Amino acid sequence: MEIKNEDYSVVYDPADTTVNFQGSLRLSGMPEYAPIVELLDRTLETNPDCITLNLEKLEFLNSSGINVLSKFVIKVRQKKTVRTIVRGNQNILWQAKSLKNLKRLMPSLQLEL
Amino acid sequence: MMRIYGEFVEPLPPSGEELSISFFPDPTAIAPQWRSQPLSADVLADYLNRFFTDSSGDLDLRAKRAEIQCAVSYIANELLENAIKFHHRDSVQPISIQVRVRGDRLIFLVSNSIDCFKMERFQEFIEKTLNSDPHELYIHQVEKNAADESNNSSGLGYLTIMVDYMARIGWKFETLPNDAPLIRVTTMVQLFL
Repeated sequence: MEIKNEDYSVVYDPADTTVNFQGSLRLSGMPEYAPIVELLDRTLETNPDCITLNLEKLEFLNSSGINVLSKFVIKVRQKKTVRTIVRGNQNILWQAKSLKNLKRLMPSLQLEL
Repeated sequence: MMRIYGEFVEPLPPSGEELSISFFPDPTAIAPQWRSQPLSADVLADYLNRFFTDSSGDLDLRAKRAEIQCAVSYIANELLENAIKFHHRDSVQPISIQVRVRGDRLIFLVSNSIDCFKMERFQEFIEKTLNSDPHELYIHQVEKNAADESNNSSGLGYLTIMVDYMARIGWKFETLPNDAPLIRVTTMVQLFL
């Protein structure tokens, strides 16, 4: 499962149940994020024990994208059985500023910055 | 008609550097307009970056510069997204963004025109935001979005600016003679350095 274009890529690696994000995501509202939401939902449908969102190379994410990540974390929280890791990059400002909010939504989430 | 909400400073001192960008949108070409908005946010960020240059190689200052550039890019992008999304296509006024350097802060001013119906909904949102703890409202909004799949707008733009970037926000609604019956809304964001 992957979505790629010149600005960004979102790729699911089933070997380590990790979704790798890269580039700059500034899509226009929730409708344009639908393919990414679908990719994330499909990873959950495989019932993994653990899922990692690897954001280390995601340079930019707008508030609609932050909403997509937040909604996904809430879905995982509701499943109750999936361990969740969010791997970020402290040197990318939006991550240093905004990723902590995911932990507020799901205190058991493992945030690696 | 004029109405102010939140922290909207007027008049601003005339001194200091500023950069303004205006769009005159083509109502038949919404998609290309949307695509130009990340570019505008990056232009503002690059422009401001030159005010914080350092020839001594000070690593702290270099890190601060990078932080300011990223913050400007995020905030300008969010403000422009909203302005473009809600701008009324019949307006004779442009969508505009201005950023000013004022001592210990950067001041963003973003303007667009809306109709009365959108103004009322926007003012309800503003009143709710100003009368709540923004940290609590942020979580409430995310949980609400998760429960409502039909919601196309996240409502998180202003909240992330307030909560994550600790910026102050204010709004001015006014009627301009040549743009009536539309209402001109200007959002002011003060980002402290």
